[in-house]
Parts: sequence; C-alpha cells; structure tokens
Amino acid sequence: MGIQLWLMLDLVLSGLALGLGWAAVSSRDSQRSVVFFIAFGLLLAIIWARLNAPDLALAEAAIGAGLSGVLLLSALRDEPAAAAAGDMIRGPKALLVTLLSLALTALFAWVLLQTLDVADKVRMADQIAAQLPNSGVTNPVTAVLLNFRAYDTLLELAVLLAAVLGIQALGPARPPYRAAGPLLGGLIRWLVPLLILTAGYLLWAGAHAPGGAFQAGALLAAAAVMLRLGGDPDAGLPRPRVQRLLLVAGIAGFLLVGIVTTAIYQSFLNYPDGWSGGLILLIETAATLAIATTLALACIGGRPAGWEPAESGAVPTRQRESK
Amino acid sequence: MLDLFGISLIFIGIGFYAAGSIGLLRLPDIYSRLHALTKADNLGLGILCAGLALLNGGLLYAMKLLLVWLLVLAASATTSHMIAQQALRRETN
Repeated sequence: MGIQLWLMLDLVLSGLALGLGWAAVSSRDSQRSVVFFIAFGLLLAIIWARLNAPDLALAEAAIGAGLSGVLLLSALRDEPAAAAAGDMIRGPKALLVTLLSLALTALFAWVLLQTLDVADKVRMADQIAAQLPNSGVTNPVTAVLLNFRAYDTLLELAVLLAAVLGIQALGPARPPYRAAGPLLGGLIRWLVPLLILTAGYLLWAGAHAPGGAFQAGALLAAAAVMLRLGGDPDAGLPRPRVQRLLLVAGIAGFLLVGIVTTAIYQSFLNYPDGWSGGLILLIETAATLAIATTLALACIGGRPAGWEPAESGAVPTRQRESK
Repeated sequence: MLDLFGISLIFIGIGFYAAGSIGLLRLPDIYSRLHALTKADNLGLGILCAGLALLNGGLLYAMKLLLVWLLVLAASATTSHMIAQQALRRETN
C-alpha cells in the first residue's frame, strides 16, 4: 500500500515534469514560456527532495527556479522585441532541431548508462561514507564538493567568473526599476536582513546538514535582486572596486589554500589533518561572496555605473542611502 | 488522537487549496481570481502547517512552520497587491 502510494506520487511528478517541460518549450508566448519554466524549476526541486537530495533541491529552487526566473523575466522586460512571438523555428528546420535534440538525448542516456555501470561496481557512496570522518565535515555532499573533489568546485567557480566577465562585455547595466511603493519597500526592508541571516546559516550549516556555498550565495543574491527590484540600480552591491575583489574572492581563496598546501605538503588542495573543517569554511565563505556577487551582477545584466576605472574616480556610485 | 486531528487538518488544508485553484480557473476577472487564490491558499497553508506541526509534535518544528506561513503570508499579500495594482493601471490607461 505504502509503496504503491509512493509510486503514484512518482508517476504524478514525472508526468508533471514532462507536461511543464513541453509547455515551456512549445508555448507561443515568451512570457508564458518563462512562467512555465519557473514552475518546472520548482517541480524539479520537489523531485530532488523526493530523491532524498535536499542539497540539490535547495540549489534548484534558489538558482534553477528563482534566479533563472528573475534573469529570464528581466530579459523579457529589457528586450521586448526579441521576446516577441514569431521567432519560433518552423518547417524542415524544426524537424532537424527535433532530430538533433533526440540524438543528444540518446547520447546523454548512453553516457548515464555507462557511468551507472561503473558506479555499481565501485560503490562510490560507501567509499565516501568510509572517508567522511577524515573530511573535516559531516555532510557528505560538502565533503565531496570541497574536499574529495575540491578541484571540480574550483573550476566551477572559474566558469562562473568567465560567465560574469561575458555579461560585463555585453554593455552597460540594464535600466533600474522604479522605486518601490510603501508595501513592496516594507517587504524588502523586512526580507533582506532575513535573507542575509538565512544565507549565513546555510553557509555554516553546510558542514553538517544540507546547505553550503552555492545555496548561501544564491540567497545573498536573492537579497540583492530584492533591492534591485525595489529601485536600487546597483542591487545593494558595494562600489565597483570592491565588486571586482568579491568576484575573484572564491577562486582566490581556493588557490591560496591550494598554493599553501602545495608549498608545505607538495599536494594541491590536500588539507592537513585537523585543518580541513576550518579551511573548508574559509573557502566556502569566500565562494559564497563570489557566487552572490556573480549572480547579482548577472541580474544587473551589464557593467554597473562606475565599473570602468576612469569613471569610478569621478562619479559617486552609491546613492541608495539618500532616501 | 492527535495524529488523527493532524491528518484531518492536512486534508482540510488541501481542500482550501483545491477551492482556491478552482476559483483561479473559473472566476471571470483578475481581481476575483486573486481574491480566491490568496484567501484560500493563505488559509489552506496555515491549516496545512498546523496539521504538520501536530503530526510532528516538536515545538521547534512548529515554530519553523509558523515562520514559513508568516513569510508566505507577507510575500503573497504583497505580490497580489502589486498584480492588482498593475492590472488597474493597465485598465485605466
């Protein structure tokens, strides 16, 4: 009985995922597509939670549904011409795209089958559980991300930095939103401190419970998005010079630890005994700030006022305290 | 006994959600839809949270659920106000 109920829930979730995915790609109206995509992201978060992966559920809800949704909606606002319906692919081109997508799906399925085969033989989860006491944290996900496979996370932060540099290359910042009315302004004043507090909690909790740098960074970025929606053109970010430092903080912290461990132990990112927990927290704190700044700048969608060094000397960039 | 009470509260909460969703689909204009959705869902979530708190029994757990409910109340009240305001602005223009 119990198992059948779970099976029914799984079938409903899978059906909804397919339906929402189809609705998101097949809708004629871009705005409708975006809304379906956000709902799809929230559904994915529920699916991750159902698969007992709360870390991924948190990240998916915050980044996949929340911040991606904000980016898509602000793109709709700023590029109404590009977003207008009618640019959908039709005819033989559509058939080609469908065939290529199916081929890509088959390729991914094949890769997944190959890796599943390997994982079964080696039992990665058992190995991680066996090594967990040496990792400095008790949350296995954080242990993998920042200790066993720290190199991967370092490169992920490099990808984020490359992405934000690409966004800066697009041009100046998107126009700001008009100042919030009393109701939204009140909500923002109430929510932003709460978001910062929750981000700090998630960063700290990542060592022993679901959480960590990506989730905490996404929440901090959410606070920045709230401030931008309330009319602050800089999304509450500090002045550009500090923004640059924050952007590279994640990689810099990682590399600093890596270089020091290499110098002492001749092994890159191999934390010394007893230091792992502290070093992981240090790296995660730096990564949280870098991720939050990256996501906030992505939401601004270009170079904020005073980004160029020549400008920054002449123009004061902070006006948000004036009101 | 407490469990049974909790489960029935959850089902009542789901009933409110269903009513709100039917209202969203069936009511004629945006204002009455918002009315149906916010009233029914806010109350439904509160009852759902109360049911979950009774099932779990822990005070800390109950406080967390209360916080979740209050946050959703604040957010949904503000967003529906903004949606309604935007709709009114479009109508008068």
